[in-house]
Amino acid sequence: MKNLRFYIPVSVFVVLAVVMWRGLYLDPKELPSMLIDKPLPAFALTTVEGAAITQQDLPQQVFLLNVWGSYCLPCLIEHPTLMRLAEAGEIPVVGVNYRDKQELALRWLDDNGNPFAFSILDEDGRFGIDLGVYGAPETYLVDAEGVIRFRHVSVLDEQVWAEKFVPAIAELRRENN
Amino acid sequence: MLLIPGQILRKLLLIAIAITGIGLMPIGFAQVDTFAFDTPEQQERFRQLSNDLRCPMCQNTNLTGSTGGVAEDLRREVHRMIMAGMTNQEIEQFMFERYGDFIFYRPRLRAETILLWFGPLLFLIIGGGVAFGISRRAKVVNAVHGAPLSADEQTRLHELLHKK
Repeated sequence: MKNLRFYIPVSVFVVLAVVMWRGLYLDPKELPSMLIDKPLPAFALTTVEGAAITQQDLPQQVFLLNVWGSYCLPCLIEHPTLMRLAEAGEIPVVGVNYRDKQELALRWLDDNGNPFAFSILDEDGRFGIDLGVYGAPETYLVDAEGVIRFRHVSVLDEQVWAEKFVPAIAELRRENN
Repeated sequence: MLLIPGQILRKLLLIAIAITGIGLMPIGFAQVDTFAFDTPEQQERFRQLSNDLRCPMCQNTNLTGSTGGVAEDLRREVHRMIMAGMTNQEIEQFMFERYGDFIFYRPRLRAETILLWFGPLLFLIIGGGVAFGISRRAKVVNAVHGAPLSADEQTRLHELLHKK
């Protein structure tokens, strides 16, 4: 009984301390997406180049949906990774050109290279709202059925790719087989 | 050179302020969008919703106060939905489906948010219980140690106190 008196407050303290210690290292900017395990919202827009496009035109396999804009500096940081993925043919990357101007987007792709199978032109950010986007860059992992399975907010660099996306994609591809 | 006494100067200043309406200008950081409404009631609903919805990008500002791109888009959407005749509840549901509880400054009462809402109360109850237990135990201890001394104890106390 005496021991219990001592151990209860101590264990409460330890639990609280661990929870709060972990809390110090959480990134408050990483909000959970509401669309995980939900189908990608329907859309009828154009590509940055001007071709009409709907959700029917999306790849029928696991792919990345990358939200970008010509104004977005972090997008330049992750750009080499996206280029490498596209060139190696590891996974199709579809772009969402978010709150941008068509001509600026085209010039950005010209200047920096185009890793995207195509980019959905979302000048007024309306498609972004349906996706729950709050700022470029964001990257969604979509499965072959068009269901969103994972979202990463901010830069997708090689480390994030290796630690988060590679295992998630491997699992999705295993599910399909 | 014409000198104006301070009293008159102050009065003139007050009149100038009254005329120009400077004193009436609301001071704030509201973003000025030009949205047209059919009724004052719609406008009031817009104002209230933009005040109660949080900008997902800037995190500590509501839609009214945020310059962020997504906040601008969401204000436009709120306006569109009000004009389309949607209720506040429907608009909040629209926001929740896309941005989750984070979008609300007052999160909804759900299984996931129940600890957020009642956690403080829970801690208060636990703390109160502990405090009550301690004070009750202190009373018991007091009752034992506060009992009057016997004659022997009295003598011993006297000796101890007067020992040189």
